[in-house]
Amino acid sequence: MKYTQELCPIVRKEQLNQTTFSFTVASQTAVESMKPGQFANILVEGKTLRRPISVCGFSREEGWIRFVFEVRGEGTKIMSEMNEGQHMDILAPLGNGFDIDPREKAVFVGGGIGVPPLLGASAPYGANATVLLGFRSKDAVILADECRANGADVRIATDDGSLGHHGFVTELLAARLEESPCDAVYACGPKPMLRLTAAQAEKRGIRCMVSLEERMGCGVGACLVCACKTRTPDGGEKYLHVCKNGPVFDSREVIWE
Amino acid sequence: MSRLNVTIAGVEFKNPVIAASGTFGFGREYNEFYPVSSLGAISSKGMTIREKAGNPPPRIAETPSGILNSVGLQNPGVDHFIEEDLPWLRQQDVVVIANIAGATEEDYAAIAEKVNAADVDMVELNISCPNVKAGGAAFGTSCAGAERITSVVRQHCPDKPLIVKLSPNVTSISEIARAVEAAGADAVSLINTLLGMRIDIRTRRPILRNNKGGMSGAAVFPIAVRMVNEVYNAVKVPVIGLGGICSWKDAIEMTLAGASAIQVGTVMFTDPYAPLKIIEGMDSYLAENHIANISELVGQVELW
Repeated sequence: MKYTQELCPIVRKEQLNQTTFSFTVASQTAVESMKPGQFANILVEGKTLRRPISVCGFSREEGWIRFVFEVRGEGTKIMSEMNEGQHMDILAPLGNGFDIDPREKAVFVGGGIGVPPLLGASAPYGANATVLLGFRSKDAVILADECRANGADVRIATDDGSLGHHGFVTELLAARLEESPCDAVYACGPKPMLRLTAAQAEKRGIRCMVSLEERMGCGVGACLVCACKTRTPDGGEKYLHVCKNGPVFDSREVIWE
Repeated sequence: MSRLNVTIAGVEFKNPVIAASGTFGFGREYNEFYPVSSLGAISSKGMTIREKAGNPPPRIAETPSGILNSVGLQNPGVDHFIEEDLPWLRQQDVVVIANIAGATEEDYAAIAEKVNAADVDMVELNISCPNVKAGGAAFGTSCAGAERITSVVRQHCPDKPLIVKLSPNVTSISEIARAVEAAGADAVSLINTLLGMRIDIRTRRPILRNNKGGMSGAAVFPIAVRMVNEVYNAVKVPVIGLGGICSWKDAIEMTLAGASAIQVGTVMFTDPYAPLKIIEGMDSYLAENHIANISELVGQVELW
């Protein structure tokens, strides 16, 4: 059985800023085969659909999984009102996750609430990671210090210039790729950011993995709602599914629309 | 659990709980949670004669106690199913129902021949998909269209028990049920999804890229119960009830309304184990009430 439904006690809840919450839950089964970049489909009391939330970090040895999410609608609002001692009902681990090789030099590009999965993915790289993070403003910055604590070279861009580079995170990427070679780029964030990130990496022939988001149903690849248009090897087009074929795709596969 | 054994159109089911088409793929994904052989049957993802790409995303929107979907029959084509998925399904000790759809009479005839020759137990004819432009509901929303397509499929698929899945987006579902019964259906299943729409007030655009979609989930259950009861009273063939069933109590209610078997779909997105809980709950209910077999309850609602 590849998938687990687990009732995970919430062991730590933190509010990272006005709209972003961090929940760490205890896990015995779901964490066992977990990879960075995978996600869990989390039950929301009173809602038909679970909410897919990427794994921000986990420890198999210590038996925990961490989720960081933003309150965007009713579902995430209800989730944010859960408390330590309550249980999260999760289906996990879902999706393919990032294939990482911490011996390589890698650049991680995150935008807004796309940042959390990159914390877990970049952690094993230590100083081999450059982590480029983009936010609306200084108030929206999350997880930067934690990325730094893992040894990564962390650089920040904000839309309003209130912290770091005044502009887009993709401008930081252009500068970073000019400085020194890297083996791979991993990105998660809004589609325009992913598209620009992919274009830059592809131009330089650097492997680029993007983590996509789409409105999801079952979370396991049965209902086919979370479609993403991709290129097939024979030059055709095909809808793959973010939950099962992704959420991580080779950027060259993705047809951006 | 012999209390739950049922026979529909000559096919024996170990229990009357069927995974509804479009919510369960071809069974492999949910087999990663539990053996799909626990179910009575699996109705496959709706298949067409050739591979179908489906609609652009977003394809799903949440609604109060339900969802809208506009997948648009994305599927790998019936040949792919027969070659790649059916051999695996056949090893799972579960009744296999091939759900088929098409855009034209010729499509329906061609796919009916394919599934007639394939090792499936039953065929479920989808004339009620609201998410494709041609065919689908276009055939299922008039008596003449429903009768015509059922006849065509019956003629090209003479060897398999034929279930016709009915659309609720009609004036009288009983009349459509009678029409498909007259055309040779061995059973009917209902309801398919109800057409709906949601709009993002910020962008003033529909949430679904297809504008409209099919509504399912708990919210549609009372409509499904009413329609199953009407159809049960209108036809002689067995009725398979679906639409918003979330619990064993819902399943018993649907049985009382007239369903010889039930299908479970959207609730699996909330709880993948829901079908197993429904099976257990139905069995306990029968045991506690000293009912020898579920079939004793079919249609036993006493109308005022």
